[in-house]
Amino acid sequence: MQWLMTFRIALRALARNKLRAFLTMLGIIIGVGAVIAMVAIGEGAKSTIRSQISALGTNVLVVLPGSAVRGGVRAGSGDRTTLVDSDASAMTRELRSVLYASPRMRRQEQVIAGNLNWGTLIEGIAPEFQQIRDWQIEAGRFIHEGDISSAAKVAVIGQTVAQHLFGNDDPIDSVIRIRNIPFRVIGILGGKGQTGQGQDQDDTVMIPYTTMQKRLLRVTHVQSIVVRAVGAERVQEAQEQITLLLRQRHRIGAGREDDFTVRNLSDIAEAAQNTAQVMTILLGSVAGISLLVGGIGIMNIMLVSVTERTREIGIRMAVGARSRDIMLQFLVEAVVMAATGGLIGIFLGVGSSELLKEWAQWPTLIDPAVVAVAFLFSGAVGVFFGFYPAKKAASLDPIDALRYE
Amino acid sequence: MSEVIRVHDLQKVYRMGDVEVPALRGINLTIARGEFVAVMGASGSGKSTFMNILGCLDRPTSGKYFLEGEEVGALSADDWARIRNKRIGFVFQGFNLLSRTTALENVELPMMYNGYAGKERHRRAVEVLNLVGLGPRLDHTPNRLSGGQQQRVAIARALVNQPSLILADEPTGNLDSATSGEIMGFFQRLNSDQGITIILVTHEADIAAHANRQIMFRDGEVVSDHMNDRAASHKES
Repeated sequence: MQWLMTFRIALRALARNKLRAFLTMLGIIIGVGAVIAMVAIGEGAKSTIRSQISALGTNVLVVLPGSAVRGGVRAGSGDRTTLVDSDASAMTRELRSVLYASPRMRRQEQVIAGNLNWGTLIEGIAPEFQQIRDWQIEAGRFIHEGDISSAAKVAVIGQTVAQHLFGNDDPIDSVIRIRNIPFRVIGILGGKGQTGQGQDQDDTVMIPYTTMQKRLLRVTHVQSIVVRAVGAERVQEAQEQITLLLRQRHRIGAGREDDFTVRNLSDIAEAAQNTAQVMTILLGSVAGISLLVGGIGIMNIMLVSVTERTREIGIRMAVGARSRDIMLQFLVEAVVMAATGGLIGIFLGVGSSELLKEWAQWPTLIDPAVVAVAFLFSGAVGVFFGFYPAKKAASLDPIDALRYE
Repeated sequence: MSEVIRVHDLQKVYRMGDVEVPALRGINLTIARGEFVAVMGASGSGKSTFMNILGCLDRPTSGKYFLEGEEVGALSADDWARIRNKRIGFVFQGFNLLSRTTALENVELPMMYNGYAGKERHRRAVEVLNLVGLGPRLDHTPNRLSGGQQQRVAIARALVNQPSLILADEPTGNLDSATSGEIMGFFQRLNSDQGITIILVTHEADIAAHANRQIMFRDGEVVSDHMNDRAASHKES
């Protein structure tokens, strides 16, 4: 018997009992819909966590000088002088996993403006630092290349510093003095607030790192290099590449220890990602179970249907249906129900996740692969749970089936 | 005249636990093409078992069954399905139509299992339904048809693949006498006009009288086998 015919017979049989077919499909509809919606919620949460973490700076690495110290690196100023600014520019130039790299010098100093003074953190950085930390400029401009090459005496001040030194006055083009050296204020940083540890990130003054090297510290090395990897998932790669590059640049022979340390926040990122992954798996498997239950519903109804239609099976056999024709008919019925349910379920799942996104502002993310897998799985459920009832129908004895009341 | 059916020492034994119940005890029969045979007997006489074996629905315990010269006892279940489809038409006491399925679709059913194209199937089903006088009721479902009309749909279904043999198992058992006569007249015309071999199971003598040969079963054996007087005299005249 041709496939098309089998298909039509199955459709006709289902159409004869529309409500029952729909109720049977409902299990699959809810199952597939739930799988898609749940996984979309999980994936959405994952991507939100990912972007939040990357805003925290998980794709940021810090390269510090100094001997390899187990259990962490001594924070603070680098007493070793192994890092230079060309290390930073080499990273940006040569490593594909590195987006930006900027030297960073830090020193606590007293800053004076007019008759006010304020103790704050002076940071010597390159223009890339703005992109690395994702820092907005509220007024004026950030430090640019020209300031670096000329070691210009210019400063960009944080919100807290502006508040304490200038109050309500406009600080742009005013002069502040650090160690008696006058700096022209060229910009004000946007507010970033506190870090998780309670440190006020706006309490800072940024100046070109060259100016810091030459005029404040009188050194030629840099204290650290801040690096932004291309993505959070490539932090590991960036770390490895930086290590390789610096070993090469610092001419460290095989077997000898690094004269620098690369640190990152990826452990935190990984933990958070894992949490989200576990959530996705959990939601998905709960939904998957409902799909399985839907399959059992199909099997149940198919068994009832085979019993109910025993006489029909007998008639079909008497007029020439082979066992495999009967088998195929019932199998196709089960698969049609499962697949139709799957299709409706896809619309339900995608629709509800879109609604969640639209109305509840819930960040859901539909993965086409999940949709495809859910659909194929629903078809497989149809075959699996339809097989036994179909087999039962096909193995009926035509004489008994014809006599069945 | 060529033979349609020949059975040789046909035996059937049903096993009920430890007890063996013989249903057929060695039947030898030959039925020629174009015959109209009535198989009679009380219930339990073995006539239904005999019909099931003739219809390729059941296998004999021993003995041989030749359908149009071909030994069918050795064939596979799929071959049997093909034989039931192409060479045998069944008419049952309870009509056995698919409910909630139109007369047309019921008649198309056997053709669905032998690869007729949709248009040809439709054309042929309409043709046969016209033959049994149900042309105006193609799209009626069985519950909207009278018993006689339902049986005529069943006959159309039996005829649609142009079988060489029609097996009718108490086809008038559920019909009143007027309708019974009508259906029997129809069988007679099929037999005389189209030369279709018909084997009819009945326990009513007046129904059997429409046939031209009567075979009587009792306790799994043929006890009488003779040409029907009236039919014979009809033929002679």
